[in-house]
Parts: sequence; structure tokens; C-alpha cells
Amino acid sequence: MWNLQKYKNNIAIITEENKKITYNELDLYCTNLTKNIKKRCLVFNLCRNEIGSLAGYVGFLNSKTVPLLLSADLDEELLLNCIETYKPDYINLPSELRDKFNYDCIYENLNYSLLKTPYNNEYPLYEDLALLLTTSGSTGSPKLVRQSYKNIKVNTESIIKFLKINENERAITTLPMTYTYGLSVINTHLYSGASIILTEKGLMQEEFWKQLKENNATSLAGVPYTYEMLERLKFFRMNLPSINYLTQSGGKLPFELHKNFSRWAKDNNKKFIVMYGMTEATARIAYLPNEKSQEKYGSIGISIPGGRLSLIDDDNNEITTPNTRGEIVYKGDNVTLGYAQKGEDLIKGDERFSILKTGDIGTFDEDGYFYIVGRKKRFLKIFGNRVNLDETENIIKSYFKNIQCACCGVDDEMHIYITNSLLKEEVLSYLSQKTGLNKSAFKIFIINEIPKNEAGKIMYKNLEPVSV
Amino acid sequence: MSDTEKYIKAFTSSFNVKPKDVKNLKYESIDEWNSVGHMSLISAIEKNFNIMLESSDIISFNSYEKGKEILKKYNINI
Repeated sequence: MWNLQKYKNNIAIITEENKKITYNELDLYCTNLTKNIKKRCLVFNLCRNEIGSLAGYVGFLNSKTVPLLLSADLDEELLLNCIETYKPDYINLPSELRDKFNYDCIYENLNYSLLKTPYNNEYPLYEDLALLLTTSGSTGSPKLVRQSYKNIKVNTESIIKFLKINENERAITTLPMTYTYGLSVINTHLYSGASIILTEKGLMQEEFWKQLKENNATSLAGVPYTYEMLERLKFFRMNLPSINYLTQSGGKLPFELHKNFSRWAKDNNKKFIVMYGMTEATARIAYLPNEKSQEKYGSIGISIPGGRLSLIDDDNNEITTPNTRGEIVYKGDNVTLGYAQKGEDLIKGDERFSILKTGDIGTFDEDGYFYIVGRKKRFLKIFGNRVNLDETENIIKSYFKNIQCACCGVDDEMHIYITNSLLKEEVLSYLSQKTGLNKSAFKIFIINEIPKNEAGKIMYKNLEPVSV
Repeated sequence: MSDTEKYIKAFTSSFNVKPKDVKNLKYESIDEWNSVGHMSLISAIEKNFNIMLESSDIISFNSYEKGKEILKKYNINI
């Protein structure tokens, strides 16, 4: 997958400790790790934006070992549930977390440990299966997206083409590598021989900005919430000469923010590129070229190179008239194989045949630029993650017995209606813990009764006439 | 409300903690104080004292104690 020797003297990684690691050194880290794994099998890679996680990811792909990327901070119960469901042969994780498991450590380097589980090829793996990622990265269900080697390769090449990434780029990480958008930044830079400034620090920390400036980062990637933070930090007044471009994805950017960042880009001779994507399409699906950023506010743009975007009506017929609503459908070789919900699914082949119905409702204008106007399914985008509202209701109902609840809301703010005021704090803490999302993402409302129709279905419109 | 009370209230309302527990708070010392929580805290500070913090002050505001130091620049003594 990765030809690390092609750029062997280039800097691949700059760590938080300001250690510069060449592609040659990265290659060595990878092979020293993966030579402990004798045959193709399943590995859990517990990630942080650290060299140990990255070497695991890169090494496992190169040695045809299939990694599942999970956050190192994942709730313990969810992690155990995932181990139970998929029975991985190995776990690569930060050494400090090693004691949580009763497994033998067979290799340690870079403060990461490779643990051997008692499992040995418990479930057969499909030959083109390269990588497993969680669907929303948050609700913690063991539902995974199955990505092939081809998926990753074609999507990476396409992104490099439209973002024009070359070996002189230095991206700083602003998103976790378990999140497909964050991972695509890593993929495109490694593929191009460019550098990645790895950091666990966030936008609200002094150390992040110090790292960005000292290493002359050339780009930043952000979800809508990132842009709210940047605006809050008076980004437009910061002096960041090394930054060449910003990308945005992970949900619809509020109109004002889109406008302000496009204007900043134009006035400062920088680029601002809005994109659209899904884990189910490896990473990226569409992008709004920088030149069109001001003219087409609110648009997700056009298909990425090599793909095709279209709209279909309720009868699955393609819509050809501009400004007509329909479900957004994407066709391209980056459409992933399908989902896995249990170990037996890992042998499954391609179930989508390059076609993905996104679940987003959109329109296109006379110039063929697409806009998202609604959603077919009930989900919200919270800090860039798709969070399914029905699944969230189920999480609450399965933990709090006999609870009455209904979830709806707007992006970055889920509204949870319950009838028992005594459970308010408990529900909030539990949800935050289970989803890994900050408590501020949830608002709990106490009501007398959850409105239901005669068939017993919750009438969300009666709860929130505006947002539903 | 005194300035100290206003200051403590910014923490208790943003992080759902009790007034007696705020003194040792640092960025990421509790789950709630991450980048998202930080935004709420800064908004609460700005609202409670009717000030606008500079970018450099927002990003260096990384503990209860450090915040007190920063607010001195804005003529607020906790």
C-alpha cells in the first residue's frame, strides 16, 4: 500500500516532542512491529495521534494484516464488546493501557505494546479486505465499515489530485486518525511523501499553535465545530504565513462561516475547500473547488475525480432537472465493500458494487453543483460524527429500564426528551460516556409524556416542529 | 455577585462541577474540560465579566489558577 522507500529521506512524521522521523525510519518501525505477526489476521489498533498508532496502521496495511482502528480512549465496556464480537489475533495499544488486558506482550516500541490474544484466525478474512473503521466513531456499536486496498488507493489518489498535494506539504493533525476524514489526511500525505505533524493537542491549547508555527504547517482540516472554534479564536487576525489551505468536511458549515472563511482565503491568497464524504465511501465523495468557494456558498460541490454524483427520486430514477430534491447517490471505486456487524461478516465480499446511497437529500443547480437540503434517515452530525437518533434512543432504553425517551435536535446539539426528572443527570453522564461526546452535545428536556400516534410511534414533529 | 463568585460560576456552569471542586481544575483534568468544554468556559467568562478575551489568552487559559492570572490583565482580581 505504502511505498515508504520511494521518499526514504523525506520527513514523514514530526511528533509532539519535535522528533523528526524520515520515511526510512518509519519503514523500519513498521517492519520491526509487523515481523512479529506471521500471517494475515485481524488486529485492533488503539489509536492516538502518536507515532506508535501510525506505525501500526501503516505497517499493518503494508503487511496485509487487517487493522480495526479504535480510539485508545474508547469506553472499556465497548472495547471488550468489540473484542468479544470480532476476536482479534493481536492488539496494538499505548503501553500504559496494557495492564487492562490479561494478554502477553510480544513486542514493545515507541511506548506502544503489541499484545497477543488467545484468538487465532477465528474468522476468515476476505482477500481484498484492508481496513475496518467504525461507522460513526461514536455510538460505539460494533458495526464496522469494510474498506478494500483498492478503496483506499483510489480515494487517496483522487484527493491528492484535487487538493494538489505534493511532497512539500506539512499537514498538522486536527482530527483523530480513527475518523475517516482525519485518516484521509494521513493517507494522502504518506502517499505523496509529504510530512504529517502529529499532535494530540487541540485548537484550544497553546501547544498546538506552537507546534503549527514552529513546523510551518501548510494545511488544516476541520469539521464545522473546528471552524466555530477558529472563528472564536479570531483566526482571521492570526499571522500564519505557512498555511496554504484549509479543508472542511464532516457536516454542513453554517452559511456565515462558509462566507467568512472563503473571504479570508481570497483576501490572503489562500485556499478554502469544502468537501463532503462518508466512511462508507472510504473518505471523500465531493468537493467545492476553491475558485467556486465564494460563488457557491453552501454547496458541497462536484464529484471528486474518478467518481460520479447523481440524485434519484423515490422510484430510484435519476433526476435530470436542476433544483429538484432527491437522494444523493455516489458511484466510484472508493465505495466500500459494505458493513460488518459480526465476525462472520469479515469474509463477505463487495456488496455495493461501487454504488452508495448516502441517505442525504440534495439538489443540484444549473451548473451541476450539489447542495444538501435534508436527510432521509434520522441522524445528526455531532462534532463531525454521524450519530443515529434511533440508535441513541436504544442505548438509553437498554440501560435505563422502563424509561420513556425520544431523541431529536439539530447538528451539534441533540435534544433528549425524558419523563423522569430524577434521571436527568444520569442520562446525561451515561450518554456522554457511551458516545465519547462532550456533555454539551446533549440537552435533556423533562416532559410529562412522549407524544405518540395510534400506532405507538413517537411523533417527533410534536416535540420539535421546527428542527424535525 | 462578587468577582470570585462569578469566576467560580463560569466553571460550575460549564463543567457541571461543584464550587468546592473548581480550584484544582486543569485543561483535560476532567472529561468535560476538552476543546468543546473550553469554548463554553470562555463564553461564560466573557459573559459573566462582560469582556472579550484575546486569542492568546483563550489558548493559555488552561487551569483555574492560570485563568486568575489572565483576568488581571482585564483588571479583574479574583
